[in-house]
Amino acid sequence: MTSFTKPLIRRKNEPTNALGLIRSDYDGAMSTLCAGCGHDGVTASMARAFFELSIEPHRAVKVSGIGCSSKTTAYFLRESHGINTVHGRMPSVATGAIAANHELAYIGVSGDGDSLSIGLGQFVHAMRRNVNMLYMLENNGVYGLTKGQFSAAADMGSTAKKGAINELPPIDPVALALSVGATFVARGFSGDREQLVPLIKAGLKHKGFGLIDVISPCVSFNDHKGSTKSYEHTYKYYNPAIHADYVPPSAEIKAAYNAGDVMPVELHDGGQISLRKLENGYDPRDRAAAVNKLFESAQSEEIITGLLYINEDQKDMHEMARMEDRPLNTIPYAELNPGAAKLKEIQKGFR
Amino acid sequence: MKPTNTSNPDYYHKVVDCQWACPAHTPVPQYIRLIAQGRYGDAYLLNRESNVFPGVLGRVCDRPCEPACRRGRLEEEPVAICRLKRVAADHREDITAMLPKKPQKTNGKKIALIGAGPASFTVANDLAPLGYECTIFEKLSKPGGLMRSNIPAFRLPEKVLSEELDCILDMGVELKLNAPVNSMDTLLEEGWDAVFVGTGAPRGKDLNLPGRWPKEGEEVCENIHIGIDWLESVAFEHTKSIGKNVLIIGVGNTAMDCCRTSLRLGSNTVKVMARKPRQFFKASVWELEDAEEENIEIMVNHSPKEFVIENGKLTGMVFELMEYEIGENGRITSQKVTGETTITCDDVILAIGQDNAFPWIEETTGIELDKWQVPVVDETTFESTRKGVFFGGDAAFGPKNIIWAVEHGHQAAISIHKHCQGKMLTGRLPNDVELTSTKMGMFEWRYSNSFDASQRREMTHVELTKRFAELDIEVELGFTPEQIATEVERCLNCDVQTVFEPNLCEECDACIDICPVECLSITVDADEDDLRASLSASEKIDGQALYVSDHLPLTKRVMIKDENVCLHCGLCAERCPTSAWDMQEALIQIHHADDQDDGQKTGIQL
Repeated sequence: MTSFTKPLIRRKNEPTNALGLIRSDYDGAMSTLCAGCGHDGVTASMARAFFELSIEPHRAVKVSGIGCSSKTTAYFLRESHGINTVHGRMPSVATGAIAANHELAYIGVSGDGDSLSIGLGQFVHAMRRNVNMLYMLENNGVYGLTKGQFSAAADMGSTAKKGAINELPPIDPVALALSVGATFVARGFSGDREQLVPLIKAGLKHKGFGLIDVISPCVSFNDHKGSTKSYEHTYKYYNPAIHADYVPPSAEIKAAYNAGDVMPVELHDGGQISLRKLENGYDPRDRAAAVNKLFESAQSEEIITGLLYINEDQKDMHEMARMEDRPLNTIPYAELNPGAAKLKEIQKGFR
Repeated sequence: MKPTNTSNPDYYHKVVDCQWACPAHTPVPQYIRLIAQGRYGDAYLLNRESNVFPGVLGRVCDRPCEPACRRGRLEEEPVAICRLKRVAADHREDITAMLPKKPQKTNGKKIALIGAGPASFTVANDLAPLGYECTIFEKLSKPGGLMRSNIPAFRLPEKVLSEELDCILDMGVELKLNAPVNSMDTLLEEGWDAVFVGTGAPRGKDLNLPGRWPKEGEEVCENIHIGIDWLESVAFEHTKSIGKNVLIIGVGNTAMDCCRTSLRLGSNTVKVMARKPRQFFKASVWELEDAEEENIEIMVNHSPKEFVIENGKLTGMVFELMEYEIGENGRITSQKVTGETTITCDDVILAIGQDNAFPWIEETTGIELDKWQVPVVDETTFESTRKGVFFGGDAAFGPKNIIWAVEHGHQAAISIHKHCQGKMLTGRLPNDVELTSTKMGMFEWRYSNSFDASQRREMTHVELTKRFAELDIEVELGFTPEQIATEVERCLNCDVQTVFEPNLCEECDACIDICPVECLSITVDADEDDLRASLSASEKIDGQALYVSDHLPLTKRVMIKDENVCLHCGLCAERCPTSAWDMQEALIQIHHADDQDDGQKTGIQL
């Protein structure tokens, strides 16, 4: 055998979701990433989140750029739409797709290289526009596909596998997102599924740009002593601070934890995100507090994770630009393309 | 929860459901791999070490392994283990040279074995190569016990049986035929070093209903038969015909043999009369299916009431029609009689069970029998209340089956060996496990690890129009090469174990994500119910454990694994970046008489 496949097997008494699908119906092709790659954990979390939300796979769109992370769109939701774009250009393509049909669930998958270097401009402007998508930034601090050069997310003082020390300051995607107007900003860790799956669910249900910066260790080139993105380092400094659960509109909202610890945030679809494990007085709807919290924990070497900031009041791109509500593929051709005469009329308005 | 102690030999043994369920602990996956390689002779020899009669058991075993098979828990049908055993037996090359031999000289110890059935033959098989002088006493004119007298030749050809008995006799075992032992006292006086009783449960139960016994001056009705006696009489060709309409009373495996034999002796209509509904039938599912394929009618809820005798001749039987209420636990909570019916017939065969009978064991021997005439036998050593006298097979604890008789024989042989050396019978070698990695390289394992979704292969039978011509036309044709090739791949290789080394784990979750049956998780240590709750679909199954590792180095959480549904596909080990998971073949060492002294098997090393 030169490769292997994960067998598809329908077990007796296997749990199904509201659509009657089983968890593995949300799987994709076999991952060809290195054994132990954090990205596979993120992939599995996404498959589980879509399964638990009972989203029909053909109502989801996966878009990605270039890199190890961007390969992963092939590894989940095998029956969804998807496109691998040019390096760093995923946000533009996603923006276009959402303009054409904003009724689908959009998930962008990118890495620290794709988003923070070549695609930084695209990334920032998609956040500014509050494009209604969930953007997963699989962050391992390294260019794994080209054998381990530092990325723009590498921490100062961390070392490469062969010992070189990084002397440039990192770009923190969470800080960036807070400063340019993203409306759902979270950090996760591929090793903490209990936190990550609910975060993805909440991010998918949030209307507007959701960023989850996921620490996703590279086992081959950034999992050594001296790395600040290794499994060992991440587990050591890990602080799962703000846990977010998505509660669907129909569900009875149960107080499974002390009422004082839970903060509900109403969503556009009538559901809510209930936040728990909050520290005293921390309100994730307060952007200044979020920024403070982020920098404070960075100083204490702590990796703070969870839903750090949420804003449900900001209009998303579709609304701001007053775009057509109907998906373009449902609009009759004559209306979609009113002809040369109408075009002339429009052009007149600009003269 | 306490971390699982995988060094307990029973832990990995239990994971191999088939081997654990087999009374003789036959290493099923191991021999299936040999069959897959076309090494039929080796597969046969490996089988023979534990179950002694692979050819016989490959046809008529009670198959406790199959309901236990992991595959049956994942989908519906277990691996056709029994059929594959027959493949090894049918296609083996000449393995005579590889069998244990008659020793150059004996050790002078004389062992008497009473009854030439599977239990006695197993004892002889284990002891003769060690130098013991074994003598088997048999009351009938041919050896085999119930394997010959009660299992019809259309299920078990005489040649298959004789071959397997002969190779034990060739180890220098003496067989005395037509030699019933009528007095245990007399036998014991002959000065045997040990005596083994393997006489089975020879007394078929009778049905004392009106009409069964004659009035004065009349003769006993000839057309009412005791099932096991009747089968024996057919096997020894004393009985060659039966009436056109036959009723079988009882619905166990003997009843199935009786009804199918009746068809071959000339009856047209055979009905099996059951007192209770189908879910209470004692016969194995496949034996019921085979009988029904031959158009045997099984009538439920008929309780026998009376034999109808007219002018000294049986003309029918009266049954009460029963109605049962069945509770939630599946047990009968109440019953009532709703009517009566008479069914005409020419013969009735009673197949309602059998008892032990030892009229030839005198009280003076010191061998204690309980009130059911079952001897008082130690469950480990198989020794009776008299030193040096051992029981095994149906004679020991009442009717079971061939594979149990074989296991009793193995255990009794160990005891006899110890007894003759003057050692403690209870000082027996415990089972142990030898683990060896199966990793050969990237994506390469020393076993066929990929899951094969094929369905269980169906056995082809001789056509209905042809099979009744002779009594000894074997109905099952055996597997074709295509069927063999598919069925061997259905085996999940449960003996290739997922062995976890917690200190190597860096908690990347790769194993959890890749597992096709989601049987792994890393979670905070808790009690068993809470741990199980963290798995997506964990069902508690008797005997199948939840593996719990030591605390993991980075987070002090634990790795857990539900052994119940694991496919043994090796993907966790394939995906593990640190080789914390490895697939290791577990050889469960089951000791017999030959390796009691030094732990070294004298048998075949594969």
